[in-house]
This record gives sequence, C-alpha cells and structure tokens, in this order.
Amino acid sequence: MSEGHSTYTPKTGLGRWFDARMPLPRLVYDSFVAYPVPRNLNYMWTFGGILSIMLVAQILTGIVLAMHYTSDTNLAFGSVEKIMRDVNSGWLLRYMHANGASFFFVAVYIHIFRGLYYGSYKAPRELLWILGCIIYLLMMATGFMGYVLPWGQMSFWGATVITGFFSAIPLVGDWIQQLLLGGFAVDNPTLNRFFALHYLLPFMIAGVVVLHIWALHVVGQSNPTGIEIKSKTDTVAFTPYATIKDAFGMIVFLFFFAYFVFYLPNYLGHPDNYIVANPLKTPAHIVPEWYFLPFYAILRAITFNIGPINSKLGGVLCMFGAIAMLFLVPWLDTSKVRSAVYRPWYKLFFWLFVADAILLGWLGSQPAEGSYVFMAQMATLFYFAFFLVIMPVLGLIETPRRLPNSITEAVLEKNKGGSGHPAGATAAPQTKG
Amino acid sequence: MKKILTSLALIGLVAAGTAAFAAEEAHNAAAPTHFPINEPKEMSWSFTGPFGTYDKAQLQRGLKVYKEVCSACHSMNLVAFRTLSDLGYNDAQVKTLAAGYTIHDGPNDAGDMFDRPGKPSDHFPPPFANEEAAAASNGGAAPPDMSLLAKARGVERGFPQFVFDIFTQYDAGGPDYIHSLLTGYDQTPPAGMVIPEGTHYNPYFMSGVSLKMPKPLSDGQVTYDDGSPQTVDQYSRDVSAFLMWAAEPHMEDRKKTGFRVLVFLLLFGALVYMTKRKVWEGVAH
Repeated sequence: MSEGHSTYTPKTGLGRWFDARMPLPRLVYDSFVAYPVPRNLNYMWTFGGILSIMLVAQILTGIVLAMHYTSDTNLAFGSVEKIMRDVNSGWLLRYMHANGASFFFVAVYIHIFRGLYYGSYKAPRELLWILGCIIYLLMMATGFMGYVLPWGQMSFWGATVITGFFSAIPLVGDWIQQLLLGGFAVDNPTLNRFFALHYLLPFMIAGVVVLHIWALHVVGQSNPTGIEIKSKTDTVAFTPYATIKDAFGMIVFLFFFAYFVFYLPNYLGHPDNYIVANPLKTPAHIVPEWYFLPFYAILRAITFNIGPINSKLGGVLCMFGAIAMLFLVPWLDTSKVRSAVYRPWYKLFFWLFVADAILLGWLGSQPAEGSYVFMAQMATLFYFAFFLVIMPVLGLIETPRRLPNSITEAVLEKNKGGSGHPAGATAAPQTKG
Repeated sequence: MKKILTSLALIGLVAAGTAAFAAEEAHNAAAPTHFPINEPKEMSWSFTGPFGTYDKAQLQRGLKVYKEVCSACHSMNLVAFRTLSDLGYNDAQVKTLAAGYTIHDGPNDAGDMFDRPGKPSDHFPPPFANEEAAAASNGGAAPPDMSLLAKARGVERGFPQFVFDIFTQYDAGGPDYIHSLLTGYDQTPPAGMVIPEGTHYNPYFMSGVSLKMPKPLSDGQVTYDDGSPQTVDQYSRDVSAFLMWAAEPHMEDRKKTGFRVLVFLLLFGALVYMTKRKVWEGVAH
C-alpha cells in the first residue's frame, strides 16, 4: 500500500509508543488487514499465498534436513538414507521437502499461467511480473541444486548434463562450466558449492518475494475482468475476505500435497536416484525433474546447425530463450484489453499454449529419437510463435468483447445471470475458477 | 472448461498415436530395442493402497530367502539388525540373529583388526570385501546392494498409465519388477536372438535381453516352517516384499499418518469453507 492511505489507529498506549518509533504493526495492518483487494478475485488468486507457505515449508524442512545432511561425495547418499531410516520423522521431513519442491513448481506454474490468462503483466505491473520471473529463475536454480544433493545417479548425471550446457557458450563457456563445477567434472567441490548455494538461494527468493509483494501493494491486484479499481465499491478489505479465501485455497492445495507426500512420495522422482552416483556408469535415459521437462524438450529439439551456431549452442540458446520470453511478455502483448475473458482469440491460443507446454513436458521425458524429435520441434515452434507472433499480432487485429465499466458492474451482471434471471442485453462475462 | 477438455483430448490423441508408432518401430522379436521385453506382472501386495501394511510372516520368509540365497552375492549395507524387530522378532531373537553373523571390526587397543559376533546395532555385513572383489567374482558385474533395490527399480509406466497410477496409488513398481525378474528365467529366447556368453535370457530384465545373474531360486531350495508353498513364485513374492520393507521401513507409519492428515485437512477445510461462505455472505463477487 502506498503511503498516505493508512487507516491504522493504535488502540493502546504501547501501540502508540511503538507506532511513533517503528510502525511495524502499521505496516502489517495496512498490508494484510486494511489492504483493499478487488471483490471479484477467484481462486486462481490464492496461489500467491499458497506459494508463500510453500516457501516457508521448504525453508523449515530444509534447515532441519541440513542438520543431518553431509555434503561429501562419499557420505551424502548414506546421510540421506540415515535421515530416511533413523532420524525421528526424518522420512516425513525429506518427503515433504522433495515433494514440496514439486508442489512449489505446480503452484508457480498455475500462478504464471494465471498471469498470462488475465494479462496481469500489463502496465503498471511490468516490474511486478519481472520480479516474479526472477523468483522463478531462482527457484529453478535452487530446485536443480537440491536434486544433486542426495548424490544418486540422476543427481550426478543431471548435474553433468545441465552444467554441460554452459560449455556450449562461445569463448567463456568452458570457464563458466569449470567455475560451476569447481573442477573439470562433477565431484566433491561441485557437491559442496551446490549445497552452500542451495541453502543460500531460498533466502534470496524470500528477499525477492518481499520486493514482489511490495510492488504488488503499490499497484494493487489485477482481477478477472482486468479493469482497474475505480471506486471503493470495487474492493473489499484483505481481512477477512481475502484471508479466509486464501486459507481455504491453501488447505485444498495442502490436501493434494499431503496425498503425494504420504501415498506417492516417490511418484515424482526417478528410481535411479536411489542408486548411489557412479561416474563410470551412465543411466540409459538421463531425465531432469519433471518441472524442467518442457525446457529439456526444447533443448533437444534443436538437432540441426543454423549457420555458425551448432545444434548444441542452438539448443541452449532456445532453452534460455524460452525462459527469456517470459521477461518480455509485458511488451510483446500489444492488446489494450488485459483479460482473456474479453479476448476470444487470445483465450483459444492461451489454451493451445497450455496444451503445448504439457506436450513439451511429456516429450522431454521421452527419448529424443524417431517421431518424438519432430513433435518436439513443432511444439517448440509453437512455443516461440505464441510469444513472438501471436501475442503481438493478436493484440492488433483481435476485436475484444464489450468490457464492463467497472468491477462492480461486472460482478452485478454476473450475479444477475447466475441467479437464473434473464441476463439482459449483454451476456454475463465469463469468469473462471 | 470445454477448451481445457478439448486440449487434453488433443494431447491424448497425439500421444496415443506416437506411442502406437513407437511400438510398431520396436516390434522385432529377435532384436528388441525397448526393454524390458515383457512388462512386469502386477501382483497383489499387502502393503499397497492407503491402508497397506506389511505381512510380518511374509517379511520373515523373505528375510530367510535373502539370508540363505541372495546374501551370498548381494550386500544390504543400509539395514541394521535392530530394525528387524519390525518383522515381529523380539529383542532376544534379534540378538541371536545378529550374533549369527561375523563382523570385521577394529582396530583394538593393540591396533589389530578382529572378528566378533554381530550386535543388533550392526548392519548386515557385505559378502565381498569391496566392489572390485564383488565384480571379479561375478563375471565383471558387481551385484547391486539390496537395501534400496525395491525403490531403485521401476519400469516406466507410459501414458496414460502414469495418470491412472495417481488415483490407484500404484507404488509397487519395484517389488513387481523384482518378482517378475526372479520368476522370468527358464524361457526360450526367440529364434535368432543373440544372447551374449555368460549371461542369461530374461524377458523381464529392464536393461537388455539378458543379465549376468543366473536363475537364483528353484523350487524347494528354502525350507519354510509355516507351511507356505516352497516354490520359486512364493520365494520371489516373499523376498520382494522383504526388499520393499528394507527400502521403505517406515511405510506403514507413513500411510497411517497420511490418513490422519488427510482426514484433518478435510474437516478443517470444510470448516474454513463454511466460514468463508459466512464472511462473503451478502458480498456479491
């Protein structure tokens, strides 16, 4: 919340004393109690809160796991098994942490797709969006390094493959790769620096999350209509309205999370990671964690040289380019209308993009041979076309549906339509969730 | 919503088409390119499902098979004797069991290594001094450690099976694979198939047409004193269940806790949902 709008009035003497010296209670009150949120937010808007509790859960379980973990190539695998077998509730902590990483990514992908669907990245929220992209990048680095720590076969070979990408960069590539590895191959120095960084990065994520929330509270939340808040009737107070809705969203999310932790704790992992790392024995198929699979498919789709760029460098460029696209989205989308609710063509292409991302993920898990390669190439083409062609062009040629004048009008129209009465001349805007 | 379904259907079609195409490519009996040749058989296990528990009698039989057969070549470094109380043994039985093993320990006060009988805190001693010795005695391939074997093996389930597995809670990929492999010997390879010398054809092996390990079990090899059938199939089931326990000793605890957690979240969620309804009552949104 920007300054000047505070309605906080301390009720006790101690409260007034504090407020005059360090107004922390005022900050909390203004940010999480009085903060006005659009009244029409659907459950897609609960994922910010869900991501916050996942980050806290990961940090808490991670700190306890680190108390029992040993980052030495000869001892790491055994120390993780010691946690699983002998540490009190160690199996619970480790399964929560490993599956927590996956569900962190589930939530972040829903959060990102929510932003893409409702145009949440548009002015004045570009910086908010970019801070989110930085968090996502940090999460990928953290997730990757965390997967190396148990020192199983996939840990070792995943690290070998992914750090190998950097050697494709001309001139400085080998130097960067050796800096990452602390040597010429994945070994004890690699494990130690990955452990140190895996412990550091979550706190950097927490720092950027603070900036992300700060930026959010300056510009305010977007909403399913994409129309800015115009009057007080468009909003409700964060507490109790958003708080209780977020709480319910979190519990539903935790239900799915718990289902995997307790019943399918190894479903999202790879069996090979229960084999201790062996630098002399390459697994038949090296597959990264599921949340990297779309990018892995894009990397492997580039099987041909383009002029001076060989296929390896081309693949690496495409893979990093695929992530870079996200940073450019606020300027690639030329539409004046934010929300896909009022953009019939964008809505169609958005869902095709979701399908494309899932298809790429599946292709990333399959061997890069036969018809899979061609499919991955087509899916990669669509991935980039969505950002570089469809987003800019659609904004210019698409005729959006009529926008309501305000959030309140949209809500009242919807409720009229929903209660079985005739909807009148204009159809109720479709909202999701 | 309609669009999501359409998109998912589209993905399904494309994936199914590709899978069929890939299967066609691999269909050459004498020179298969996809392993295992046969998918593992899905057995019924006492420990699967949300309320699964280990069958202690079965684990005890599995331990017997491991001790009398597997342990000649396979180590089980991560499993301590004390944890065998999970199988229903009392402290005295665990002590006796441990004492049956010789542990190489030391150095003592004089600086010498020595042998002593095992204690409950010891782990199963390995059959070979090191991995090189294990490989040298077994035709160049060291037999894998068995502590985590049931979680370290699993044949890829493929689409759409991996989606159904979420709902059926399929978590027996390892034991199913081990059981199929152990009962998958004695089959004649298809005409024209080349089996490398010193290896044994097994269509359930996940990394090739054959493996270095010869058929380890035969009918009547291990004596059961509880009247269970003394067949390769029964031995294989028992040792697979035992290996699942060895790999995941806290599974029962995990599933029991999980049920409580889910029931709690369900009730708590219902209460929070009703509160949410109350709070938003009269606020159009």
